Amino acid sequence: MQYNELFKGWRLEKFLNSEENRKSNEAWVDQKDKCHESCVIQKEIKEEEAMATLTVPTTVPSVSEDCEQLRKAFSGWGTNEGLIIDILGHRNAEQRNLIRKTYAETYGEDLLKALDKELSNDFERLVLLWALDPAERDALLANEATKRWTSSNQVLMEIACTRSANQLLHARQAYHARYKKSLEEDVAHHTTGDFRKLLLPLVSSYRYEGEEVNMTLAKTEAKLLHEKISDKAYSDDDVIRVLATRSKAQINATLNHYKNEYGNDINKDLKADPKDEFLALLRSTVKCLVYPEKYFEKVLRLAINRRGTDEGALTRVVCTRAEVDLKIIADEYQRRNSVPLTRAIVKDTHGDYEKLLLVLAGHVEN
Amino acid sequence: MRKGCSKFFLEDERQFERWNDSAIKSLKAEFKLFKDVVVLSLMHPWERDARLLKKALKKGPPHYNVIVEIACTRSSDQLLGARKAYHSLFDRSIEEDLASHVKGSERKLLVALVSAYRYEGPKVKEDAAKSEAKALLNAIKNNNGDHKKKAMEEDEVIWILTTRSKPHLKVVYEQYKKISAKTITEDLEVELLLKEIVECLCTPQTYFTRVFDTALREDAKEDAKKALTRLVATQEDVDLKGIAAKFEDKIKERVKGAYKDVLLGVLADDRK
Repeated sequence: MQYNELFKGWRLEKFLNSEENRKSNEAWVDQKDKCHESCVIQKEIKEEEAMATLTVPTTVPSVSEDCEQLRKAFSGWGTNEGLIIDILGHRNAEQRNLIRKTYAETYGEDLLKALDKELSNDFERLVLLWALDPAERDALLANEATKRWTSSNQVLMEIACTRSANQLLHARQAYHARYKKSLEEDVAHHTTGDFRKLLLPLVSSYRYEGEEVNMTLAKTEAKLLHEKISDKAYSDDDVIRVLATRSKAQINATLNHYKNEYGNDINKDLKADPKDEFLALLRSTVKCLVYPEKYFEKVLRLAINRRGTDEGALTRVVCTRAEVDLKIIADEYQRRNSVPLTRAIVKDTHGDYEKLLLVLAGHVEN
Repeated sequence: MRKGCSKFFLEDERQFERWNDSAIKSLKAEFKLFKDVVVLSLMHPWERDARLLKKALKKGPPHYNVIVEIACTRSSDQLLGARKAYHSLFDRSIEEDLASHVKGSERKLLVALVSAYRYEGPKVKEDAAKSEAKALLNAIKNNNGDHKKKAMEEDEVIWILTTRSKPHLKVVYEQYKKISAKTITEDLEVELLLKEIVECLCTPQTYFTRVFDTALREDAKEDAKKALTRLVATQEDVDLKGIAAKFEDKIKERVKGAYKDVLLGVLADDRK
């Protein structure tokens, strides 16, 4: 064939497969990915700082100083809890990660193990959960939620729906690293029936995060949801599909349209049977996706005002939201309960546990 | 050129030498494949996969095997990258689009498949693998029995295939062979999509061999050739060398021109 002669000079094999070409392409790709990742993360961080309650001193001591002080807090008789609170309670995730790394390098021991040895009870749980990197924390909470004695569909849904797409992704990556299996596997294995039908797609989601909304689609899907709910087909594939795959902005538009068109908030229509646990989970899912601060306010309200505080829930909410939006949640709490969150915490808890909670909630001593 | 390749040129009664129509067509077809390989190879792999997914979705059910191929033969991070690229390119998530455009019984399965973020380590649970092989066997036999619900709609089947790690699934495949007379893929002759999923996840080499074979036949269709193009351009880490070696003669015999150079070149390079 003539054509062979024409193209021999092109040396396609080399072009398509040369090591240099591939390497430089990969390097560029890596750089571009890293830049994009960090840009996205920067934007997320800036937005969250405004709503966080965590306070970090303007001049932060060096990491080695922090490590030294923490070491001192453990040494000798007893533990200097106040020092631990003062340091860890005023460091953000990046700083805490650095402290853990440096502590391990300097003293050959994992900071968390040291804390575990020295502390106990609610205070220990709070410190350990707080010290973890957010992704690791979510992985740990999710793992606990799949275990028999601590199982909680609510926590799984909470993590899947209140984190950003990237935060949920990092949690899943941390889960791989820590437990040598995927979160999806565990959720599939340890939940059943309708709960699994809902939770598995929720934890597997990687939602689009843009603000663009398709109003025609919102109308169609509002109608669809209304039909299914009227037929009491709560765990219908379409209902789950909308909640588990659409972007949060799109779901918001759909639910607004639902209210405009059919008169009620979708959650009001989902209250058909107050004892149905699946419906309760579905309502919480909607809340988490569209107005998470109301969801968290309720969790806190139930945790604090019960006879005997639910420390697990209190710890979890404060730890996971202090760097995110605890300020908004606290405002919501005050609005709904006529009492500032910090005062409620003071009333219901005591000791070092109370102290650290207050520090994380941004409480300033008068 | 005109003098050398006389069979492509016709001289008609007006004594004008023109290009034979069918020759033009075959020339365009050859270069189309070549062009496809080049374009695919140059694009960022994530963007490439995102565009392939979108195209397959648009074209409809006969092309869903492309979705299966991408979701099952990419690594967890590559699939995730494709999902990110999809967000960027189309302002929606692939899950959304799949869930709203796929109408049939394969919807749940495909959405779950594309949402997978599998653990990639070697750790495998033998006991779980045994019970899962049994569950798959039951689901498949039931389907052959009462035809009420297809195996691919069974929740058990879906979550086993879409959440378990690939090493784990390979063990499930082995366990299945022990309890059934045939392999899973043999038992799944009726449900093509499910069969391809299992093949891509558990025995990818078999899948690649089949793609080569179908594309290099005498009567190979456009789609089959496109499948080979896609494979050659996108499977960078996979060892296609061994498979290609078996087909080397067929390549030399059936493929022409620049496209043949690409195929042979890619395979030759793998040999180094």
